[in-house]
Amino acid sequence: MLDQIRDLYQEVVFDHNRNPRNFRVMEDANRTIEGFNPLCGDRITLYVKIDDAGVIRDVSFQGSGCAISTASASLMTEIVRDMHESEAHALFETFHRIATGKDDAVNLEELGKLAVLAGVRAYPARVKCATLAWHSLEAAIENKESTISTE
Amino acid sequence: MSTAPAAVPIFDAARIRKDFPILERQVHGQPLVYLDNAATAQKPKAVLDCIARVYTEDYANVHRGVHTLSQRATELFEGAREKVQRHLNARHSHEIVFTRGTTEAINLIAQSYGRPRFKAGDEILISAMEHHSNIVPWQMLCEQTGAVLKVVPIDRTGTLVLDQFEALLSNRTRLLAVTHMSNALGTINPVEKLIKQAHRHGVPVLVDGAQAIPHMAVDVQALDCDFYAFSGHKLYGPAGIGILYGKEELLNKMPPYQGGGDMIRRVTFEKTEYNALPYKFEAGTPSIVDAIALGVAIDYVNAIGIEAIAEHEHRLLAYATEQALQIPGLALIGQAAEKGAILSFTLNRIHPHDIGTILDHLGIAIRAGHHCAMPVMDFFGVPATARASFGFYNTFNEVDALIAGIRKVIEVFG
Repeated sequence: MLDQIRDLYQEVVFDHNRNPRNFRVMEDANRTIEGFNPLCGDRITLYVKIDDAGVIRDVSFQGSGCAISTASASLMTEIVRDMHESEAHALFETFHRIATGKDDAVNLEELGKLAVLAGVRAYPARVKCATLAWHSLEAAIENKESTISTE
Repeated sequence: MSTAPAAVPIFDAARIRKDFPILERQVHGQPLVYLDNAATAQKPKAVLDCIARVYTEDYANVHRGVHTLSQRATELFEGAREKVQRHLNARHSHEIVFTRGTTEAINLIAQSYGRPRFKAGDEILISAMEHHSNIVPWQMLCEQTGAVLKVVPIDRTGTLVLDQFEALLSNRTRLLAVTHMSNALGTINPVEKLIKQAHRHGVPVLVDGAQAIPHMAVDVQALDCDFYAFSGHKLYGPAGIGILYGKEELLNKMPPYQGGGDMIRRVTFEKTEYNALPYKFEAGTPSIVDAIALGVAIDYVNAIGIEAIAEHEHRLLAYATEQALQIPGLALIGQAAEKGAILSFTLNRIHPHDIGTILDHLGIAIRAGHHCAMPVMDFFGVPATARASFGFYNTFNEVDALIAGIRKVIEVFG
């Protein structure tokens, strides 16, 4: 029965959880967002540097969360670097659609490296863990309020 | 490592489990090990049957009709109130008010007892281990009246600091609202002592009994509490029904909480005369069948015997605690000397949510999160804990399953 759980906790997830990438404060960020999941108490501070052309130059984060939310944030910081904000937004839309299980057929290729988190679709209670960092990034891109919540 | 103690002869959990149909089901192909009783307890067949039977045979609205079914439903409904009265050893059945749950009962006291009385500078005393439902209604009341919320601290074991309690009681204190047993830590508070001291200062006391009620005998006259609140669903009864006990003299002085049918004696457009206790506080059609089924749940618990339940659960907790402490990297959150059947813990570098998901795959249901007690989490410097909470139908084998499950979590996480 623990084989199934490997769909959620893939080796890549463990790796990013143990050694989160870009887990640092960014002094020269031009967007800083506090993300909060009131259901579980997970918190993330997301630092983003976006240039005038709308290209994400750097993303980093701090905070505490479960393996899924930490790995998701860590992966995200790697994936969206040097993406235009519209590309990052589109990728999140795709990920969100797949994670919330609205597609009958899942095309994991659309997700690229994010595919390792697609297993979360079998765990509705954990989708918010996987999307907290992304919601925070969305808020940063839209330059919205500095505290966002998954609720 | 010691092995599970031999079955306690006076307590036959295996037989009791047969009364709970849901305990036979499997989760992820594994037998269900239900250890989330502090969130809500499962229901015995007697309660389930009662709900179906009343809706099938005896259902109509209460206190309204002259017809047979209405009278029958009213008898059963008022009979349930009397069962609650006896269970709490309240002096009168009209001191028992049906609410939706503990939360509504606390809000009722805040709005009906507190709001008309409390003024700017008055103090409401709570403890640092309260559930949000015994914090937020008082914060709302403070905003409405200008009263100030004071918090009795806890120490690192999760025990109330009694010296501080004494120091915080003053002539400005207008109410003490305190939990009988903490849902996040398991701590059992010395409420009898707290009530005595509060009364010496003329301060009335509301006890949040949501967690305590399934685990221990509660005698509101012996405690001399002014208000006691609990929920049916944690006492093996239905969700959506709860109890507020209040001393008659206090309830009589309080205005209604909500307006509507059943809480009135006479209505004209100029003036409305309110009904007597307890109906003054029961506007609208109540959760009739749930109230009746709560009465059945109370009968069920008393047939087993609350003392026998307390002893069995105490043994379960002691065994679980001893076993848990042998797991490397496991820290118990809440180690008060007086504790109910709650094991709240964290694991080194493994988030409670991940523990919860993996245990779920092993068929083990626990709670992972802040347990609606964020200030408690802040105090212990953790974002969340994993919490196993026991009921009388849990067994030593299930504790073994939990312990093996936690070891498996550690193995999976490497």
